[in-house]
Amino acid sequence: MNVPAAWYLILAAVLFGIGAFGLLTRRSALIMFMCIELMLNAVNLTFVTFSRTLNDISGQAIVFFVMVVAAAEVTVGLGIVVAIFRRRSSTSVDELSEMKG
Amino acid sequence: MIAAAYSVPNVLVFVTATLLILVGAIGVISVKNPVHAALCLIMTLIGVAVAFIAQSADFLAAVQIIVYAGAIVVLFLFVIMFLGVDRREHIHFEPLVGQRAFAAVGVAITVGGLITLMARSHWVSGASSVTTKLSKVGSGNVKELGTAVFTTYLFAFEATAALLIIAVVGAVLLARREQRADVEENA
Amino acid sequence: MATVATLILLMPLLGFLTLLLLGHYLSEKQVGVIGTGVVAASFIFAIISFVLLLHDSSREVTVNLFAWISVGTLHVPAALLVDPLSITMCLFVTGISALIHLYSTGYMHGEKDFRKFFIYLNLFVFSMLLLVLANNLVLTFVGWEGVGLCSYWLVSYYFDRDSAASAGKKAFIYNRVGDVGMLVAMFLLFSRLHTLTYLTIFERAGTLTPVIATLVVLTLLLAATGKSAQIPLFNWLPDAMEGPTPVSALIHAATMVTAGVYLLVRMSPVLALSHSGRMTIAVIGGVTAFVAATIATSQKDIKKVLAFSTISQIGYMVLAVGVGAYGAAIFLMISHAFFKALLFLGSGSVIHSLNGEQDMRKMGGLQKYLPLTFPTFLVGWLAISGIPPFAGFWSKGDVLTNVFEHNKALWALGVLTAILTAYYMTRLFILTFRGTERFREDTAGHDPHESPWVMTTPLVVLAALTVVGGILDLPWVHHDSLAGFLAPTFGYVAAGGHADTLAQYGLALVDVAAAVFGLLAAYSIWRNITESSRYESSFLEHVWHWDDFYDATIGRPLTEAAQFSDDVIEPQVIDGAVTGLAVSVRRSAEGLRKVQSGFVRHYALATVLGLAVVIVYLVARVG
Repeated sequence: MNVPAAWYLILAAVLFGIGAFGLLTRRSALIMFMCIELMLNAVNLTFVTFSRTLNDISGQAIVFFVMVVAAAEVTVGLGIVVAIFRRRSSTSVDELSEMKG
Repeated sequence: MIAAAYSVPNVLVFVTATLLILVGAIGVISVKNPVHAALCLIMTLIGVAVAFIAQSADFLAAVQIIVYAGAIVVLFLFVIMFLGVDRREHIHFEPLVGQRAFAAVGVAITVGGLITLMARSHWVSGASSVTTKLSKVGSGNVKELGTAVFTTYLFAFEATAALLIIAVVGAVLLARREQRADVEENA
Repeated sequence: MATVATLILLMPLLGFLTLLLLGHYLSEKQVGVIGTGVVAASFIFAIISFVLLLHDSSREVTVNLFAWISVGTLHVPAALLVDPLSITMCLFVTGISALIHLYSTGYMHGEKDFRKFFIYLNLFVFSMLLLVLANNLVLTFVGWEGVGLCSYWLVSYYFDRDSAASAGKKAFIYNRVGDVGMLVAMFLLFSRLHTLTYLTIFERAGTLTPVIATLVVLTLLLAATGKSAQIPLFNWLPDAMEGPTPVSALIHAATMVTAGVYLLVRMSPVLALSHSGRMTIAVIGGVTAFVAATIATSQKDIKKVLAFSTISQIGYMVLAVGVGAYGAAIFLMISHAFFKALLFLGSGSVIHSLNGEQDMRKMGGLQKYLPLTFPTFLVGWLAISGIPPFAGFWSKGDVLTNVFEHNKALWALGVLTAILTAYYMTRLFILTFRGTERFREDTAGHDPHESPWVMTTPLVVLAALTVVGGILDLPWVHHDSLAGFLAPTFGYVAAGGHADTLAQYGLALVDVAAAVFGLLAAYSIWRNITESSRYESSFLEHVWHWDDFYDATIGRPLTEAAQFSDDVIEPQVIDGAVTGLAVSVRRSAEGLRKVQSGFVRHYALATVLGLAVVIVYLVARVG
């Protein structure tokens, strides 16, 4: 008997929460990106868990696509990070506050 | 301890996965050095891969390692190096007032709410679709996944392919220096 | 009948429009002919209608012109009611108007706004006829407002004189205050009886509760006091003497000021329902008559004496209405129109001959210079003083007899007023025509000259009417006379003359005695003097300080309130509210702006908090 799905779901939820907290708390752009990756992984874990319990391949297919999109997103996102922070001496997002007001 | 209704290997695998995931996650959010954070991320990703295998998503576990841990994190490391690896953040100092408190509250409510929702809905509710059944636990499910991706979700598959190309082009465009103006001035 | 009655109304309107549109191209003489001609034509049509009415057994003809207002349950037709009361009013209004129009062609000769004068005058006659001929309260109100408007225009005819312009405004504003009464009366009547047509009101009047009936009567009284210059809205009339003398004669003696009395008489079935209302009317009339008479004894300006005299005589009419002697009131109205118009026109002749002098202290001895004005004026003087056999004796006597039967105290007041009337008119007569000549400076040494025929002819006609006017309603022939003719309108058979003959003779004797006493008193006092602090009091001269009282209690507080409003409320409250609104919007926007801090993490936090809210909601739903 496999471990009940509930445990995996709770784990995924906690992972999501950790990722969210990190996103909100850290100032470095790169670390924030990694937290986003954590959240995406939590979601993937949830989908796979559901796929297993519902006995349906669709969950895994979705995860497949999530991974692809995550890759694309990281590519573009890091490109933006490079473009912005190339000239500055810190990667803190708090300095990007010109849209204030 | 844990009820013996569940087989010990499965429980052990779960615990391992859990440890890897949580330690890695907490590491990502709390270490100062970005390179260390990337390494903690790898730990989490491996933990997730373990969880995938335990739930008979073998192909996805492989893809997770290869693509996520192998490509994406490497990409992260490239950029970290590019922008200067010495940059450290002052973790203890939070310039925005109340950010941490509110963040903690918000996240706690979200996670708590999610778990409550799931619990109230008996954890898993919903019918299985008629797409394809998983193969039995233990055997690989590449065939089932492949069939699903290339038939039912073919359009999405092609679309993501296009998405990847767009992403690559976009990244190149974003990251290049403005050389045109210099060239034309010199001409 | 319908056509003729409509023509009565339309002729002056035609004159007004013609003069308005074509007046520029016409000479003074043509303007005068058209202006007077249409009114004279109107008079002829009135006579024809009168004859036709006599042959009509119902004595009540409704002429529908067109359907005017028809909204829900409110139906107000534009229709005329030709009955004894309205035709009587038409006759003397058009007749006297025609005479005064003729007079004006002479008096206003040479004025640069000659044409404008006749335009207003014609419009006035039209409005007055509309007021009198209307078969419903709303159309009457249109005429009511019309006469008020024309009065305003004509009083401030010499508009470059400040005093004239203010007098016009004063007249209009006082009228307006009274109009509130008329409007409220209309509202009350409509809300209870669902009609504003006279005949229908009279049919349904019995259903009014006493309280409502009294309210209606009191509000109508308010309207009447405004238009007819009674207490408390009388002090506009003396100021209105700023207008040219023909205006004073026509509007402020013979016609417009009688409109209030007309209204009350017309609504007599409603008045019959409220004893306290009638009592109030009678008291107001009696007191006004007395007060005005006292004031007239101390005035220096000839026209002002006549103005207060008018107020006093109308007080008699209102008193008569209050005791229910409607026929007597109308009789006095007609005879008063004759001799008051005569007196005013005569005074106009005097003023004209002295090149505009109106102060009696600067007149005197004009008897030998004005051979036509003098005798006609004498007739008017005797009539108003109540000397038999002139019209004034009969009409005033009729009123006093009726008052005696109802209220001895008011009767005594009326007799006292009669003494005063004889007194001040004799004073006026002596100061103007007898005694030493004090006018030499005004006429630059020349002799005053008599007025042209266009001015003296009306005087003669009016004098004749004054002499024989008593015939209209001699006490012993009520049935075949005016009162009898008017009786159907008032719903009762003429009740005059039922007091036993001895009492009648006794009262008549009292009237004559009062008149003679007043006359002799004035003659002996004023024969030799022109001013006297003993017999003229400044309190009386200043109208019992009534104007000052109104100024202090109403005028100045309101002005100060307005000033306060302008200084404080306008900038702070009103502007403040508007700018305050703008300021508060701006401040709240500035406050909201701070939400956009520019920090990505704040935005992310907002997203997460929003997510938390959604999840809580879902949990609540599921749970």
